[in-house]
Amino acid sequence: MASGERDVSEVALKGASAPMAVAASRAAVLRRLRLTDAIFHGLTRAASLAVLALLSGVIIALIYGAAPALGTFGFGFLFDESWNPVTERFGALAPIFGTLVTSFIAMLIAVPVGLMVAFFLTELCPMILRRPIGIAIELLAGIPSIIYGIWGLFVFAPFMQQYVQPLFIDTFANVPILSTLFAGPPYGIGMFTAGLILAIMVLPFVTSISRDVFDAVPPVLKEAAYGVGCTTWEVFRYVVLPFTRVGVIGGFMLGLGRALGETMAVTFVIGNAHHISASLFAPGTTISASIANEFTEAVGDLYTSALVALGLILFFITFCVLAIARYMLMRLQRQGGK
Amino acid sequence: MATTASKTAALASPLYAGRRRRNTIAKGLAFAATIFGLGWLILILGVLLYKGVGGLSLAVFTENTPPPGAAGGLLNAIVGSLIMTILAVLIGTPIGILAGTYLAEYGRHDKLSSVVRFINDILLSAPSIVIGLFVYEILVAPMGHFSGWAGAVALAVIVIPVVVRTTEDMLSLVPDTLREAAASIGLPRAHMIVRIAYRAAQAGIVTGILLAVARISGETAPLLFTALNNQFFSLNMGAPMPSLPVVIFQFALSPYAEWQKLAWTGALLITVTVLGLSIVARSLTSARKS
Repeated sequence: MASGERDVSEVALKGASAPMAVAASRAAVLRRLRLTDAIFHGLTRAASLAVLALLSGVIIALIYGAAPALGTFGFGFLFDESWNPVTERFGALAPIFGTLVTSFIAMLIAVPVGLMVAFFLTELCPMILRRPIGIAIELLAGIPSIIYGIWGLFVFAPFMQQYVQPLFIDTFANVPILSTLFAGPPYGIGMFTAGLILAIMVLPFVTSISRDVFDAVPPVLKEAAYGVGCTTWEVFRYVVLPFTRVGVIGGFMLGLGRALGETMAVTFVIGNAHHISASLFAPGTTISASIANEFTEAVGDLYTSALVALGLILFFITFCVLAIARYMLMRLQRQGGK
Repeated sequence: MATTASKTAALASPLYAGRRRRNTIAKGLAFAATIFGLGWLILILGVLLYKGVGGLSLAVFTENTPPPGAAGGLLNAIVGSLIMTILAVLIGTPIGILAGTYLAEYGRHDKLSSVVRFINDILLSAPSIVIGLFVYEILVAPMGHFSGWAGAVALAVIVIPVVVRTTEDMLSLVPDTLREAAASIGLPRAHMIVRIAYRAAQAGIVTGILLAVARISGETAPLLFTALNNQFFSLNMGAPMPSLPVVIFQFALSPYAEWQKLAWTGALLITVTVLGLSIVARSLTSARKS
């Protein structure tokens, strides 16, 4: 197309019987333009390939760093609870368990609360308040995780220790399963507290994505449901939720990805103990907290390598969760486009 | 009269009453959930203000981090954070804008773009501690020591996906008629993008950069084992470099009251910066829309 344009312009110039010098300089300018065009195209392409290289780089670097530990312990690394720097015996079971349990607690709270907040924002809230409340929830998402961590350590953990945990322990002392879950001395810190702080962190993500997908429901559908006499709740429960199911689950998965990989908020309050206990009030550890706490102090190649291997496992888990989330959100987008 | 009577009968019917009750309960729960969500924001910001403002003084900005038990400030940490943030933005923004340009302008529908878009989304929410491990493996381990460069690179890796995403989104908001008008007067594509598309999407792209700065200014995990920390004032990028988040982490977990107080002050500074940046970014885009 570009060469076609040049031909036309040259013909036009010749037709006007312009001097050859003008035609030549014109050709030079056009050549320069074409060159800069090609260079720019190449640059943007290289930059987008760099994004690909970045992700492959992360995977390769982690596998390279984890190789010594994985070579020594094999697949047993995943199922071994021991973590002993002195005898150099490492296993990932306790951190994996802690990561899953704290994220589970977080989602258990953040999902229903986030859904209800989104319900409030899209269906019930007066128009004037919608924007400010939406912005406030998003600000909550912008607060750096270390702030949650320091707040959790100095404010939330003591509160849990003094009031909430003794209450739970006393109340459920004679209930079969709950007495094991909520047993032991109230330390304040531990997996339960970490899970709660994660819930507060994940809540804004779940809320803002749910709100966005709820807003995308065609008003006609809702109006039809109101027209046959549905209550607000029924419209939400039987029209909005089924219609947005895929997007909402995608939003949950994004939140879960966030919770699984969260480091600083958890590191402050988890207690960093490499053992698995049935009680949620006991200190534990997560993958990210172990790395943050021990990496700079790790002595010996095998210890460092074991921590990198933990990072590799974390990356693998979050990669799967995020991939599912993106796939679901993409499907919703395609559905909306039709 | 007859209609009123049937209406009261309907109101009294157990089915209708049950539905109404469920509706009221659901509404109440939604309201409570919103209060619950906003309550944390107020609680956290309130405590932060209460604990952080007390420690604010000129010394915070003019003195370096103190040894245990002495008074001091956060100067070296603030300067370190600023240097690494600026460098990270300088490294990450060009790559991010160019890649976002490719996605929105050259390869809107090709296979490479959809893969890059997907990978970028994964990077956008990848755990930041893993990014730290990555930079440790490629920079710190080969060089044999922690350094400010490694910290800046780790932060740049976080900047890139944020900028790619917003650049692509903002460029795809630019109307195609502008592009067609430029093409019709014979402007090459690269010049159309630089002179017209970028200019139309300017505010949005700047927003993306601001959001990226907001994101990295509170990041702690990727700095822990790349830039590490430094008790002294340092402008040497080849040596360990202090940063506000890492200093907060170290001081908050220490047993010394002065250190804990400085940690709260630092936390307040970071939060104010981050919230300020996101509010400015938001007002930029909303001004553009209206």
